[in-house]
Amino acid sequence: MAAKSIGPIRRKFAPWDDPSAKPLIRIENVSKNFGSFTAVNNVSLDIFEREFFALLGPSGCGKTTLMRMLAGFETPSSGSISIAGLDLAGIPPHKRPVNMMFQSYALFPHMTVEKNIAFGLEMEKLPKGEITARVEEMLKLVKLEGFALRKPHQLSGGQRQRVALARAIAKRPKVLLLDEPLGALDKKLREETQFELLDLQVALGMTFVIVTHDQDEAMTMADRIAVMDKGQFVQISRPAELYEQPVSKYVADFIGDINLIEGRVEKNDLGKIILGSDTTGGMIEASGESAVKNGDTAWFALRPEKVSISLSPPENPSVNTATGTVWDIGYVGDVSVYHVRLDGGGTMRASIANTRRIVERPISWEDKVFLTWAPDSGIVLTK
Amino acid sequence: MKRFSTFNAVSLTAGFAFLYLPILLLILYSFNAGRSVAVWGGWSTKWYASVFSNQQLLDAAWITLKVAFLSASVATILGTMAALALARHGRFAGRTLFSGMVYAPLVMPEVITGLSLLLLFVSINVDRGFWTIVLAHITFTMCFVAVVVQSRLVSFDRSIEEAALDLGCTPFMTFFRITLPLILPAVISSWMLAFTLSLDDLVISSFTTGPGATTLPMKIYSDVRLGVKPEINAVCSMMVAVVTVTVIIASIMTKRQEVERERAERLAQTKS
Repeated sequence: MAAKSIGPIRRKFAPWDDPSAKPLIRIENVSKNFGSFTAVNNVSLDIFEREFFALLGPSGCGKTTLMRMLAGFETPSSGSISIAGLDLAGIPPHKRPVNMMFQSYALFPHMTVEKNIAFGLEMEKLPKGEITARVEEMLKLVKLEGFALRKPHQLSGGQRQRVALARAIAKRPKVLLLDEPLGALDKKLREETQFELLDLQVALGMTFVIVTHDQDEAMTMADRIAVMDKGQFVQISRPAELYEQPVSKYVADFIGDINLIEGRVEKNDLGKIILGSDTTGGMIEASGESAVKNGDTAWFALRPEKVSISLSPPENPSVNTATGTVWDIGYVGDVSVYHVRLDGGGTMRASIANTRRIVERPISWEDKVFLTWAPDSGIVLTK
Repeated sequence: MKRFSTFNAVSLTAGFAFLYLPILLLILYSFNAGRSVAVWGGWSTKWYASVFSNQQLLDAAWITLKVAFLSASVATILGTMAALALARHGRFAGRTLFSGMVYAPLVMPEVITGLSLLLLFVSINVDRGFWTIVLAHITFTMCFVAVVVQSRLVSFDRSIEEAALDLGCTPFMTFFRITLPLILPAVISSWMLAFTLSLDDLVISSFTTGPGATTLPMKIYSDVRLGVKPEINAVCSMMVAVVTVTVIIASIMTKRQEVERERAERLAQTKS
């Protein structure tokens, strides 16, 4: 695997901002109906070469259906999909320039690891010597040398996952589709494998499209993430944008933890929005641009880690402050999450990094506390 | 292991006696030295020897084996194809009707199956004989094959086939390289089932036979009407042996396949 950090490659990579860049995968107005149920509803998307793209959403949001349409196991009810300019309509799965890694791995149980990996190459009718060489290369790549003659049931889950990966990339497809590739692994192994996959993708220069319901997985690996809900894209952005600038309450709530404070718009000019909120009993001042007008209902979305908690009142308690009582404390080790019942009704969460080794925290249950935040720590949402 | 209560022991003994006493008597009397069927005259294997010098019986046995082999083989292919169509192609028009029609012969009285086949052969003016029996046996055994193979396909992970397609394998080759090897135990045990069903069929064979094609069960039946000869006991005992061995092999294969599948499922669940 790469000895150098892949940082320089990833940082520069943003073909979607370049209007002259040609997408590798082009999905145009694709819908898929199963009877009266619309699994995918008129979506369009461009995915670029060498991109690591994640389709993220809860189960039933249509992400797997969209991927199966890329692989050719489902046919779009309308719209078109093309890869490298080639329209995929009518092309069966076995003739598409994509390979897929299945959620269940779908290894051939009656074949050895070696035969599993060689299967796709044999179908391509490559010469024997080349197949042997390629299989060896793949085994080395996924660190399974010495396992060539085992059957799938003689492997651990992590090893099977790597065989499935090796089998899928052995044909060097233009696009690799990964359907919940790490879903069956335990947490520690999953985190390790995320970075392995990432390094591999950069090393191979392949385009990866991954389907997952695990936001950590998507955030860690993907260049861009499409959040899906009810068959449609809600937002397509880089992970950091998704987290810091969600376009709706749905995205804000789906990615990470968030406090949503309802308020009325009282002022909106010069990149400064003032909300009046019954929940905090004061004003919320937020920096940023938004199309909201005076009198609109809006929500201030604030991540718990951007909230400060204190026993003493701030200098200006009428702005960006909420008072309440500590109701619950969730101690996770690295952070403590304080659930505060606000005097104005509702609950807010503040997560505080435990930067020092002390068992007793100064703030405890039923303490009266002041929650404060900076104007640029949250975002105003209208839907 | 729990011990049997008296009641259970009695019902078990009575049940097995009811099922197997007649067969045991048959086997016992096939070793009877005396000529009479009802009187024990000491041990002997001479009736077995006499079976092998009875050309009529041997001919009938040979025909029966040929019919069973051919019909089981064809029924296995057709039944597997029907099972694939039913298990794989989701909802197609008339699927319910089709699956009902595949299963109906399972419960259809043999007399009706036999009679309707006879009418068919007569109306299309086919010479009745060996081949009409084979056709008739294919008809009534293929539904058993379809049932056995379909139950295997239901628990088959489709993504394995999709993976093969995804790797560039044509649907046709996917069947032979992936699907068939994995369902092979079920296919073989369904062949054995069809084989034994054909082997001991009397009613349907009687309806569809013609001159020169007498199967062993038909021969036995007609001989017995003229009085039971000890030879017949020997033939029947041998048939019991053949059927028993085939059924045992088939059920062992099914059982092993189940155990393997369970193990694979367990592994899949624990993962990592």
